[in-house]
Amino acid sequence: MGKIEWAMWANEQALASGLILLTGGIVGVAGQFRGWQFAAYAVAAGVFVCLLEYPRSKRSKGTSVERTGQYCFTVCVKSFGPLTRNYYVRAFLHAAICVPGGFMLATVLGCVCLGIASLIYLAAAIRGEHWEPILPRKAETRKPPESIKKPPQNPPPRPPPEMRKKRVDDLEGAAYDNPIDVTANE
Amino acid sequence: MGNWIINNGLTSFILVVWMGINTFLFVWFYLFYDLGDQFFYTRHLLGSALAWARAPAAVLNFNCLLILLPVCRNLLSLFRGSFMCCGRTMRKQLDKNLSFHKLVAYMIALMTAVHMIAHLLNVEWYNNSRQGVYDTLSTALSNLEDTDNTTYLNPIRTTDLDPQQIPTYFAFTTIAGLTGVIITLALILIITSSMEVIRRSYFEVFWYTHHLFIIFFAGLVFHGAGRIVRSQQKTDPPHNTTFCKDHPEDWGRIPECPIPQFAGGFPQTWMWVIGPMVLYLCERLLRFIRYMQTVRYRKIVMRPSKVLELQLVKNGFKMEVGQYVFINCPAISQLEWHPFTMTSAPEEDFFSIHIRSAGDWTDKLIDIMQKLPEGAQGPKMGVDGPFGTASEDVFDYEVSMLVGAGIGVTPFASILKSIWYKFKESNPKLRTRKIYFYWLCRETHAFEWFADLLQVLEKEMEERGMGDFLTYKLYLTGWDQVHADHVKVRFDQDTDVVTGLKQKTHYGRPIWDKEFEQVRKENPTSVVGTFLCGPEALAKVLEKKCAKYSDVDPRKTKFYFNKENF
Repeated sequence: MGKIEWAMWANEQALASGLILLTGGIVGVAGQFRGWQFAAYAVAAGVFVCLLEYPRSKRSKGTSVERTGQYCFTVCVKSFGPLTRNYYVRAFLHAAICVPGGFMLATVLGCVCLGIASLIYLAAAIRGEHWEPILPRKAETRKPPESIKKPPQNPPPRPPPEMRKKRVDDLEGAAYDNPIDVTANE
Repeated sequence: MGNWIINNGLTSFILVVWMGINTFLFVWFYLFYDLGDQFFYTRHLLGSALAWARAPAAVLNFNCLLILLPVCRNLLSLFRGSFMCCGRTMRKQLDKNLSFHKLVAYMIALMTAVHMIAHLLNVEWYNNSRQGVYDTLSTALSNLEDTDNTTYLNPIRTTDLDPQQIPTYFAFTTIAGLTGVIITLALILIITSSMEVIRRSYFEVFWYTHHLFIIFFAGLVFHGAGRIVRSQQKTDPPHNTTFCKDHPEDWGRIPECPIPQFAGGFPQTWMWVIGPMVLYLCERLLRFIRYMQTVRYRKIVMRPSKVLELQLVKNGFKMEVGQYVFINCPAISQLEWHPFTMTSAPEEDFFSIHIRSAGDWTDKLIDIMQKLPEGAQGPKMGVDGPFGTASEDVFDYEVSMLVGAGIGVTPFASILKSIWYKFKESNPKLRTRKIYFYWLCRETHAFEWFADLLQVLEKEMEERGMGDFLTYKLYLTGWDQVHADHVKVRFDQDTDVVTGLKQKTHYGRPIWDKEFEQVRKENPTSVVGTFLCGPEALAKVLEKKCAKYSDVDPRKTKFYFNKENF
């Protein structure tokens, strides 16, 4: 298990928790449950967690797979700088967000799942991982080296004259446009 | 359309049957709870929400039964063996066991969500009834207690807590509630760690977390033990609901309305899942027994490019071509079993695997082997298997196209060796008349151990004048200018500069249209089996080509596609 990046799993777990929190919140509000205010909070918290967790981090080793359309989210999340880069902050943030969910049955599951995600993020933070945005690589424009700027001084290399002899037995196969007149070397 | 039927017909049929059973179960149980007289009073308290909870529960029972079956690989091998009579289309379905397992898992996740939401509504409305928020009938029903002559309908009995917390209290103090929360949590953890990203990169997390299924099934079996889904029982004299529902205050006082009695339903989930649980237990037991059997090292060879070849001997081990085994090395990790395709032929008295450095476990294994003194036995190994996949069927086809990408060539090493042996013995079981072999690889230095095998085959075939039995084409997909120069200079030599084989190496990817055309032209009336061990993208391409070049007309060429999956 040496090479695991816990943050990858924490991310999946947190995203799932966000969705569960959101669903529980919607049920609570739509059904006008007791404590629907907590459900309304869960809707907002769920959306927030989903938006925060949607952009995947760049892996420190190996190829990173983006989620569809995550670029705009990456830009938003990146703009918060160290707040979103640091996983300790995320761990405590998720732990804090999940607490109000425990006050109502509809949101309890989201609360527990987010709590677990927070613990995994804590493990990731302790191991020194951090969030890196996945940005498209700018295509490197290579400037042509100096020597190419001048036109060629010598004619291009050609095969030796024996091979440039006209092949009378196979005129079709020998046909090619030669700008310089080629005469047989008899 | 016809081609699609040939290649995917049976799978689609099985899926339709599966969805049909799911739909039937859902509708049947929904109507049972939504129309049944014994739930009349329950429906007064809950509306259709109980039906909405019980219908997915039935579907969940069915799918939890199914989910354990595709991962019993020894059982599947047994099926595959006994299906030898039933044609290859049936056996091909067993290749797709992991896909089916995932599909069933998605259904379980979906139904769990529906079930949970419906129960959230149930608990909330039960709580409200108990608090007396609704009409007199609801309050009267909820007031029924478990005493000498009454039985409860509303499972929520507490009223002396903060009403907002009663549902949570109820969930965590009833068997159904507590097991429900625990198993849903287990399910969520299993699902998040099974996402492709995690599975492909951090297999150990996926594998260990997946064992939470033990908690899942344990909780599932006890989930209904509390019997809190209550139905109305027959009383003597009978309780006439149509009349009595309007007179709850008269219950027990007038002859038409004795106090209604309720009882919980008998828990049924265990009946659904006990069979597969026992089968899976047998499966794990078998794996353990196999692990305990002694495995002796016949030879340990370090091949170039960090490829380790192990030749092992195990008592009573019998294999077929292209099968794979699971290897466990307690010195590295007690619980991890990793699959490797065998590269030896069944005709040999040992079995061999080629292991490439591809992660923690393989790196450690190669490291241990490199540090061994000459001729010593390696660390203790457990071997489970052999397990069969599509490659077993390669000799059933008159013509076979074998495509191996990179290390995916390993099952075909086994096949080619077996051909060599079968030919030497003139084995009549060999139905194959022609084999086309395509090896796609990025770098030259992965060729070496396989190149030796091909050289030997090449020589043998020439000696016996069987030059056109095996046509192989090697494609170097990662060529660069250095290679191109090298080849340009040596183009007139007899043997290939890269492999030393007579057959020249091609550069770049194969043009599949041309290849399929050629196969079709050379074999106008045959059934051609296409076997791939390689990346998903290539599988899609080949599948399309197989469909494109197949003819529905049974007298013409037909291509069937098989894929090795891990």
